[in-house]
Amino acid sequence: MGWAIALHGGAGDIPLSLPSDRRLPREAGLRHCLDVGIAALKAHKHPLDVVELVVRELENHPHFNAGKGSVLTTSGTVEMEACIMDGKTKKCGAVSGLSTVVNAISLARTVMEKTPHIYLAFDGAEAFAREQGLETVDPSYFVTPENIERLKQAQEANRVQIDYTQPIQKEVKKDDAIGDGDSQIGTVGCVAVDNEGNLASATSTGGLVNKMVGRIGDTPIIGAGTYANHLCAVSATGKGELIIRGTVARDVAAVMEFKGVSLKEAAAYVVGQVPPGNVGLVAVSSTGEVTMPFNTTGMFRACATEDGYSEIAIWDSPSK
Amino acid sequence: MGAWAIAVHGGAGVDPNLPKERQEEAKRLLTRCLNIGISALLSNLPAIDVVELVVRELETDPLFNSGRGSALTENGTVEMEASIMDGPKRRCGAVSGLTTVKNPVSLARLVMDKSPHSYLAFSGAEEFARKQGVELVDNEYFITEDNVGMLKLAKEANSILFDYRIPAIGTCGAGAAMDSPLQMNGLPISVYAPETVGCVVVDKEGRCAAATSTGGLMNKMTGRIGDSPLIGSGTYACDLCGVSCTGEGEAIIRSTLAREVAAVMEYKGLNLHEAVDYVIKNRLDEGKAGLIAVSKNGEVACGFNTTGMFRGCATEDGFMEVGVW
Repeated sequence: MGWAIALHGGAGDIPLSLPSDRRLPREAGLRHCLDVGIAALKAHKHPLDVVELVVRELENHPHFNAGKGSVLTTSGTVEMEACIMDGKTKKCGAVSGLSTVVNAISLARTVMEKTPHIYLAFDGAEAFAREQGLETVDPSYFVTPENIERLKQAQEANRVQIDYTQPIQKEVKKDDAIGDGDSQIGTVGCVAVDNEGNLASATSTGGLVNKMVGRIGDTPIIGAGTYANHLCAVSATGKGELIIRGTVARDVAAVMEFKGVSLKEAAAYVVGQVPPGNVGLVAVSSTGEVTMPFNTTGMFRACATEDGYSEIAIWDSPSK
Repeated sequence: MGAWAIAVHGGAGVDPNLPKERQEEAKRLLTRCLNIGISALLSNLPAIDVVELVVRELETDPLFNSGRGSALTENGTVEMEASIMDGPKRRCGAVSGLTTVKNPVSLARLVMDKSPHSYLAFSGAEEFARKQGVELVDNEYFITEDNVGMLKLAKEANSILFDYRIPAIGTCGAGAAMDSPLQMNGLPISVYAPETVGCVVVDKEGRCAAATSTGGLMNKMTGRIGDSPLIGSGTYACDLCGVSCTGEGEAIIRSTLAREVAAVMEYKGLNLHEAVDYVIKNRLDEGKAGLIAVSKNGEVACGFNTTGMFRGCATEDGFMEVGVW
């Protein structure tokens, strides 16, 4: 038993040749967020507070696809979503379609604690944020020049996919089409366990580049992008539609529970069930195990455990 | 070749004092919907088409809480949601926050078939509906006089429940609404409109499918999403089974109830009936809910821990049952 924490900044086709001006700020961001989480755990903060705190930091970081730095819809707007879940009580909160809330994850937490519901979306969620006094800003705050460029490239490459009059080519390679390849299907997330075995999970995202207005991905869906129970906490990232179909986060917990295997085995099994190139996840167990499997080229990730182990990595072997 | 099976529901959590004629009306509708499903199965329609067809019928009839007859938000408007899932490839589609789409389940099907996504909501979903040319109606179409009255009762009941100085049960003010101590989703059950309709089908090729549709919760906050559109919670289908749930949305989401049935079959090796019993018994913490399920072998099962669930089922060997309690 001991505390453990893991976080991610998205999985995808991250080219090994990722230029250092794109790599270094993200590595620094992961390190900073990991340190914030470790300090909070050492100060005996509840994992629910820890994952919220860390995801807020990730949202505020413009190089990750959540909060500031969120990717843009087909109309050039930002629609953010997030989800948080407590392992012991299985209480959870989720939000979608946010355009002015600075920290989507904190609104998800507020939905969990201050409403009889679990999930609020679009205008109703925005109105609730104002009523609760959460920090809101002009939508332009979230839009970065990088993401305007990404949308332009995606729209040039994907014209056929968003034209409903054409037959759908389901597997149009939307990632390969985009020059710099990094984090356009990103998401951020954090899972944590304290040394009493309390678990929590949180995930936040701007969604998919060039997504249709109104599109909801896996992130806010309990059991798909986010899940926690008494055994483990999981946050997933990748192709939302496949993560929803595979109920990926819930399945890690289900395989542990019903097959009696370890966190590592369960997570590896579930990731292996999703077609290659599409999913990654971070997970911790109630006994302080941590695992970060992915079947994409890479995943921005970091973890630490109480016994002093820590890792910050993007591709298979830890980067320098 | 296996055997087909079908089950439908019109919501869990039924007022024990529901007048006989309303019960009979509900049973007649469930029977009619089952027969529509059975004819479709006999003419070899795939499971996914059958669940859509049957849920459309349930949405179009004002009796249950979906489509016409949907429960009202705190603002007196209708916000509908639905989802559909095809077992063989686990393809799925979901919609939320619809205000003008006559048949939400068919829009969910179009999201699955005609968009690159799985789930569209609110204005984006409405815009997609217009582009796809589905039938649209004015929001007024969905609002029934019954539900306007229920919303009023719900507001009265809530104002009492949220005032902790007054005992919750048996006080004046809310009248009939407070007679029953049974609650669903925080409302006395006599005010609570059974949430949700759903259908699960396995065709004789062994393909499973599930669909669920709802107006959500009476007096819900604008923007509230429940379990019905959430894949794994309200709706799930895979190679093994198809499941549609109803009841306290928040309890269903926390337990990812629909996926849970499939997961205990897949990972624990239970059969459909064992899986349904296990999930209802062990997974609902304090929540109240019910579900219907079919397996690829043509079994059908339902389970609930509420006072009742409007439901019906039929199998290829001639078995047919429609019940409330």
